[in-house]
Amino acid sequence: MAFRHTVAGTRYVFDDLRTLLARASPFRSGDALAGVAASSAAERVAAQRALADLPLAHFLNEAVIPYEADEVTRLILDGHDRAAFAPIAHLTVGGFRDWLLAAPPEALASIRAGLTPEMAAAVSKIMRVADLVSVAAKCRVVTRFRNTIGLPGTLSIRLQPNHPTDDPRGVAAAVLDGLLLGAGDAVIGVNPATDSVEQVRALLDMLEAVRTRFDIPTQSCVLCHVTTSLRVMERGAPVDLVFQSIGGTEGVNRSFGVDLAVLREARAAARALKRGSLGDNVMYFETGQGSALSAEAHHGVDQQTLEARAYAVARAFDPLLVNSVVGFIGPEYLFDGKQIMRAGLEDHFCGKLLGLPMGVDVCYTNHAEADQDDMDALLINLAVAGVTYIMGVPGADDVMLAYQSTSFHDGLTARALLGKTPAPEFAAWMARMGIGEGEAIPEGLAPALIGLG
Amino acid sequence: MSAETPPAPPAPWAGLRRFTPARVGLGRAGTGLPTAAHLDFQEAHAAARDAVWSELRPEALGLDAPVVRSEAPDRRAYLLRPDLGRRLRAEDAARLPRTGGVVVVVADGLCAAGVQAQAAALLRAFAAPWPVVVALQARVALGDAIGEAMGAEAVVVMIGERPGLSAQDSVGLYLTWAPRPGRTDAERNCISNIRPGGLSHAEAAAKLHWLLRAARALGGTGVALKDEAPALPSLEGEG
Repeated sequence: MAFRHTVAGTRYVFDDLRTLLARASPFRSGDALAGVAASSAAERVAAQRALADLPLAHFLNEAVIPYEADEVTRLILDGHDRAAFAPIAHLTVGGFRDWLLAAPPEALASIRAGLTPEMAAAVSKIMRVADLVSVAAKCRVVTRFRNTIGLPGTLSIRLQPNHPTDDPRGVAAAVLDGLLLGAGDAVIGVNPATDSVEQVRALLDMLEAVRTRFDIPTQSCVLCHVTTSLRVMERGAPVDLVFQSIGGTEGVNRSFGVDLAVLREARAAARALKRGSLGDNVMYFETGQGSALSAEAHHGVDQQTLEARAYAVARAFDPLLVNSVVGFIGPEYLFDGKQIMRAGLEDHFCGKLLGLPMGVDVCYTNHAEADQDDMDALLINLAVAGVTYIMGVPGADDVMLAYQSTSFHDGLTARALLGKTPAPEFAAWMARMGIGEGEAIPEGLAPALIGLG
Repeated sequence: MSAETPPAPPAPWAGLRRFTPARVGLGRAGTGLPTAAHLDFQEAHAAARDAVWSELRPEALGLDAPVVRSEAPDRRAYLLRPDLGRRLRAEDAARLPRTGGVVVVVADGLCAAGVQAQAAALLRAFAAPWPVVVALQARVALGDAIGEAMGAEAVVVMIGERPGLSAQDSVGLYLTWAPRPGRTDAERNCISNIRPGGLSHAEAAAKLHWLLRAARALGGTGVALKDEAPALPSLEGEG
């Protein structure tokens, strides 16, 4: 179906829904690289006006990637809940924006299952930064494993203690540094330099030893490929959370070496271990705009719509944690601080609206036109928007992945600015251990206790 | 001052630094970073930023080699359009000699500094009479077009790696058997982190010759070959 709109005497025609969504998307380098961006500011606003007039119900009749060709499309449409959609079924995309801005938090939660990711992406394209922040701030998503993530008034932090060669003592030193600065309630999660069964097992055993030695109410994760997690679970390794990078098309997931079936298998295996004391949210996903284009699996769909489709994959698995690695994919997808800022807030908004425990890796690479000032601005916006968690990296400098994220200090600052606390079980543990009370290392966290003598 | 030589320890747990190059034990001012730690970071980021925008100077490499360019006209286009960095300018393809054999491409990649400093010495470490081409605004896959134009049985792309805060002089080697445009990263083998303090030139050369022998026996490079190679780093997405 074609869509039309006239701006200043020029009539613009958009051949189908995916084209309309792409042309309506605020400018970013990845859509230009894919050849799907609007060719002028006027064409973009024409697409935004045409999109605003489109009934939400249309999204149930026109898929951006054919149902027959893509298992993510099938997941989205087969799982759609008509009853949950009913309260907003009469709205256009523009009317939905107004509805979101006025709705109370409980109304937002009740329509989640009736929303497709394309609807969420569409409305985000006609929202400003303040709209993205204020609507996301009304979304409540709570998940549990060994603690409670996402309660109002909390801001959690993934402790990311990476080391260039996976040296266990090097990782342990960064874990201790982070714990002493209040990080680690979302997860203590290491990206391994080498994705091998032996290496992953060694890191899992070390993290388990630290967690049990200090009796920390949190969960650990080694962010290896899902098939590696399956193999180490078979061998009895202490796996709390199963990690996987995912995207919004069957093709990009294939490029990651996964499909929905292997994710189901991994979730079942992790749940069978029954390691969660408070809940069984056992999955941890990462996503990022541009991954599908990078894998040449984008089907002419803009990168932000595809990112929202990745959240439909995530929500099918009741994850404990999901985060976009917004500035990590590279400047050919998000070129500068402005593009990274907007994308980070879009990702958080869409994830939350769809019901995910959404965090953001507030980050950039050295070949992007961005710096720590841009990250501070995004971080503070996200904290106001109620972001579920952010990363905590020693000094914001990831010495293994060679990019910059947020530091433990940044997490402390965001919490202090907005009066936020860690997850309650973790906050109680910090108080019990005496973390943050004095300048010295509390006795119960002595480095020697975890082999750092 | 760099990540390896942090300022005077302001934190009671600064002793943790002996276990990791990560920026642990920085101390704090309120909830923020102390001034010295903040400026150390700024200095390291400045070096990384400048390294990305550094230009390879072929005349200063000390090599007698033809110089070619990708279709990316400048650095900004190179960063925004990886596809242009993979395509060889037609006029450059036409004037390359048809040498066959192994061809080495010395390429700027995402950071010219390490290549500028190390190329000549690393080529000497290879101890092989392979023809060399210098390529500007080049992605790894530009080597496929160069290799095809020269009728090469294999191409070795020596390329600057994306700079981090702690290293702005890393070089990677990407080996591709039977190069031609359309080869994917899964069809290459990579030796990364070649730099002072990282992998030495002698080690890199030894690994390269090992891979070349294995590639010749197998008739290909990539995933299948990687599985048999001992202690080699996995292919990273420099694209």
